[in-house]
Amino acid sequence: MALVLNEEQGMLRDSVKAFLSERAPLAHLRKLRDSRDAVGFDRPLWRQFADQGYSAVLVPEAHGGLGLGAVEAGIIAEALGRTLTPSPFLSTAVLAARALARAGSQAQQAALLPKIAAAETVIALAVDEASKHRPAAIAAKATRDGSGWRLSGAKTFVLDGHVADHFIVAARTSERGLTLLVVDPRAAGVHVERTLMVDAHNAARLRFDAVRVGADAVLGEADAAGAVLDEVLDLGRTVVAAQLLGVADAVFERTLAYLKERRQFDRAIGEFQALQHRAAELYIDIELTRALVLGALQAVDQNSDQDPAQVALIVAQAKAHACTTANRAVQEGVQMHGGVGMTDEFDLGLYMKRARTLQELLGDAGFHADRVAAMGGY
Amino acid sequence: MTELESFRRETRAWLEAHCPAEMRRPVASDNDYCWGGRHFKFQSDAQRTWMQKMGERGWTVPTWPKAYGGGGLSKEEAAVLNVEMRALGCRAPLVSFGIWMLGPALLAHGTEEQKLEHLPKIARGEIRWCQGYSEPNAGSDLASLATKAEVHDDHLVINGQKIWTSYADEADWIFCLVRTSTAKKHTGISFVLFDMESPGVTTRPIVLISGKSPFCETFFDNVRVPRRNVVGELNAGWTIAKYLLTHEREMIGGIGERSNVKPLGEFAADAVGRDASGRLAEASLRAQIARFEIDEAAFRQLMQATGDRARRGEGNPAMSSALKYYGAELNKRRWELMISAAGADGLEWEGERSNDGTLARTWLRSKGNSIEGGTSEIQLNVVAKRILGLPGV
Repeated sequence: MALVLNEEQGMLRDSVKAFLSERAPLAHLRKLRDSRDAVGFDRPLWRQFADQGYSAVLVPEAHGGLGLGAVEAGIIAEALGRTLTPSPFLSTAVLAARALARAGSQAQQAALLPKIAAAETVIALAVDEASKHRPAAIAAKATRDGSGWRLSGAKTFVLDGHVADHFIVAARTSERGLTLLVVDPRAAGVHVERTLMVDAHNAARLRFDAVRVGADAVLGEADAAGAVLDEVLDLGRTVVAAQLLGVADAVFERTLAYLKERRQFDRAIGEFQALQHRAAELYIDIELTRALVLGALQAVDQNSDQDPAQVALIVAQAKAHACTTANRAVQEGVQMHGGVGMTDEFDLGLYMKRARTLQELLGDAGFHADRVAAMGGY
Repeated sequence: MTELESFRRETRAWLEAHCPAEMRRPVASDNDYCWGGRHFKFQSDAQRTWMQKMGERGWTVPTWPKAYGGGGLSKEEAAVLNVEMRALGCRAPLVSFGIWMLGPALLAHGTEEQKLEHLPKIARGEIRWCQGYSEPNAGSDLASLATKAEVHDDHLVINGQKIWTSYADEADWIFCLVRTSTAKKHTGISFVLFDMESPGVTTRPIVLISGKSPFCETFFDNVRVPRRNVVGELNAGWTIAKYLLTHEREMIGGIGERSNVKPLGEFAADAVGRDASGRLAEASLRAQIARFEIDEAAFRQLMQATGDRARRGEGNPAMSSALKYYGAELNKRRWELMISAAGADGLEWEGERSNDGTLARTWLRSKGNSIEGGTSEIQLNVVAKRILGLPGV
């Protein structure tokens, strides 16, 4: 498959970019942040995501969705990275939608997927438990209780957890087995604490104290959620990598313009070779990330025809590379802008903060480099 | 069955029938490449036969027109040939600067007579070419070259010196940049072709830090060259030189990607050892290798994406500078990690155990990747100027 967007994908890229820069430019994030908005995103805007089809992108057509793939989800995420728009897109339209579409029962799919497509619900996937992403170490525990389950444990960095209508919780149900449970936030024993984060990211810490859920809460098969979870996380990682690419791109665009316009010593600072070479290296890094992320998104979409290990490998490579590139972009962006880059009024700081959060989200460069080494047999 | 499918079948059958078994083994070292030319010492009859059979078919240069000794294949057919050769493990029948560099330049800028004279001999591996570009005082600033050609009615007389001329001592002909006017820097340069056996040409190999001598100093003392051997107009050679440099950049940039050795991580784990859980025993080296492999994967994807964009008529020609820069730096990193993983064993310089210091010598040779064909710094200048539109010198 050619490593370029097809015509429809190119049109989607242009339209989502235009939509977000008109409806939700950076000022939108600032307003929500500065007013300490209780939800953290704009609900009417989320409804408009349904009108545009963005919330429906990964929902199968049978459930009112568009039945598109990771490439399209990545295009939307990249645009969200450029405008830093707060939105439940990743939690609900990507992670939850894919988990439900892959593993949900007919009843679960019928109840939730059309609502995701219509942007009428927010669903949060709860995986992380410690400060670093380590899904292999999940300790939240669900034990059988009559026909249902009893869930205990704590989760952190749960995207949109403070306003979710449902949680999908990854819990250990045996030494090696994981189970995904759909949990009602209002159930007895559920504690939700919104976390106010450096980039105004919408997330929460959750605690489950012997929370009782029915047999119908299980998503997929009990004790066998490992493969589904891996697949959902890898999709999420690739989409986050695309978002990091959007961040890097937006920062680079601004920085390049500044190099051409800012004058010192009677010339544009972009004439200085010290800055030219750093800008050129950063440009190349961004192009490398762009190619690798598109390759990973395409690989995720061709999952069924490919060796799953190959898909996991390129996903890990893409997330690691995107983390490193976006990190470099925001550091260089602030440094090349000088003092103005350090002010809250200027936008670069917002990108730096978001880049940091997206790096941690679903595994940082070190986590994924370790996966690459393990998959390479060394 | 589509035409392309029947082409695939015929190609596979032909390769199976004609590619000798010895030519289906992976290339083990640089010595296994076939460069062709008047004086080439073939490793084996199989190597000679394989070059000749492929040359007769024009498949040493599959996409060149048949009239010039090429295969006349479409890009799609050439891709099929490539896939089928890989499937059988066939070695490249011939590698040469004629194929990579001069050929494309002649196809674009040569006269009909020049094409008919030189291209078929490149395709058949009869003439081996070298490139006369750099001079002792014209490296990164190549256009300041001073090798002088006096222009007469029907010939030129060339005096001067070139340096870093790859394999000049083994080459039959040279494509060479000479100064035919001192009035202007860039528009006083001509692109000429001549036989290295011409009276007045001498070469002297330069011993490199690797202990090998792939490069020479080349001296011209009143070398007489017919006027018809000038490619393009007189004083307009710089355009051709630049065209050819982009081909050279793509070739060197591709080094990071082209490799038959076992994966770096596996090589290092075998050399250094593993811990109880099977990981490479040195955590820091393991992390560096993983980061390298990630960057290498990204480079492969970018090479593909750049090709795909070019096929759509998108993309910037200066991207070849970005790829040359990154491929060269990547290859240097690879050999730093290799020599680090190999430890003291990798430092042996002679003897059978180290295959006469192959690893150490290759590590040292790789340092030239970011110097030859335009330094890394020059490539970054090109990216800054031509792609990013930054102002400056």
